[in-house]
Amino acid sequence: MDTVTPGIAAAGSGPRALVIACGAIAHELVATLERAGLGNGAGGGPVRVECLPADFHDTPEKIVPAVRAKLDAARESGLEPFVAYGDCGTGGRLDALLRERGVERLPGAHCYAFFAGTERFDALAAEEPGTFWLTDWLARNFERLVVRGLGIDRHPELASVYFGNYARVVHLAQSPDEGGETARDAEAAARTLGLPLERVATGLEPFAASLLPALGARAIRVHAAPSHRPA
Amino acid sequence: MTDDAHSGDDEDIVLAELPDDELVEQMHDDLYNGLKEEIEEGTNILLGRGWTPSRVLDEALVEGMRIVGVDFRDGILFVPEVLMAANSMKGGMAILRPLLAETGAESIGKIVIGTVKGDIHDIGKNLVGMMLEGAGFEVIDIGINNPVENYLAALEEHKPDILGMSALLTTTMPYMKVVVDTMVEQGLREDYIVLVGGAPLNEEFGEAVGADAYCRDAAVAVETAKALVAERRQHRRAAAG
Repeated sequence: MDTVTPGIAAAGSGPRALVIACGAIAHELVATLERAGLGNGAGGGPVRVECLPADFHDTPEKIVPAVRAKLDAARESGLEPFVAYGDCGTGGRLDALLRERGVERLPGAHCYAFFAGTERFDALAAEEPGTFWLTDWLARNFERLVVRGLGIDRHPELASVYFGNYARVVHLAQSPDEGGETARDAEAAARTLGLPLERVATGLEPFAASLLPALGARAIRVHAAPSHRPA
Repeated sequence: MTDDAHSGDDEDIVLAELPDDELVEQMHDDLYNGLKEEIEEGTNILLGRGWTPSRVLDEALVEGMRIVGVDFRDGILFVPEVLMAANSMKGGMAILRPLLAETGAESIGKIVIGTVKGDIHDIGKNLVGMMLEGAGFEVIDIGINNPVENYLAALEEHKPDILGMSALLTTTMPYMKVVVDTMVEQGLREDYIVLVGGAPLNEEFGEAVGADAYCRDAAVAVETAKALVAERRQHRRAAAG
């Protein structure tokens, strides 16, 4: 299912840049763009967001063909694309496609890295390789994506096969609502896994620091290109 | 369901009452459906009827897992079902392993296998190890999160034909090159076949890190291991005149 961010496409002089994004970061992406004045709103935004299904998290082999199709469509529309994915389990295949097309993506292997900031994430991962990572989205969707998606609801004995080597759950929290619904979802996920939970508040700042320099420059550059302006 | 019967579509099937060929076919179905207790029961019944452990292994368990592997590759079965099937096979293997050891059957090759440093994922590795064992390999599993020193120590201690490395993470798979490069530096690389595997890997990556082959799944790992060990032994025989 594709999601077009409401308002962006229709606003102002129309979108100039296209962000092809994982649906699992859609909420945070739109919030970050809006804060930076690149999203939808009364002034109109130059960035259009199109999301691919968040469930590709469990089927990374579907990411590259879907991104390729979006890039093809972007070429026809004249929008300058940017890809809001990490490597996300594609084993370098996404990077190979993006090199071929001359398109950039977010830095890092996955959303955990660009939400936490690469350096902080690397330190946490090195501290405990057996870390099960949650973002806000993963916490909210844990039951559907992990418990049902991996068949643990049907075969509870598989939980130890999947997660027997994990030592902790780290919730990289984008929203500030400690004690709120997402935090409770993270606690429930940790209970299901039988692991201790640590909460690491990331906010959206590290994500913005990864996203906006490349994207802001791109949107402004495209805005200034006369050939892309309506007559 | 009773201890000696299980539910089919229409009626309970008593495994002990089935003739050998139907029992083996039923065990393939039970493996496919991840019914560990039934696999253990079927294994014991066949052994009780005088089947050799290796025949039970080949015809009932390995063949059953081959069918599971084909349907997984074709997108008919998914990971949870494959894991349940593997868990069932493990039950049968636990019965057969000591019996196979008693028969002293010569292994067709030896492999040291482990997940690389920084990576604690072992589902694929365990499946490959089990299928290699089922195919007659001696498997030394050194576990997860292995730095290069662990691999080298295991090679030194066990002198295997093959070193197998596994990784699930994009961030950890480059460590395979660290291991291979260290083997080259120490003049060990040519002494071993190196196989690599893991979800994000591909053939190009296998070549780039200097492995002999990338194995996309457990069945391919078994076929590749057999072929490369046979080829290596043939070369050695030829070299020895």
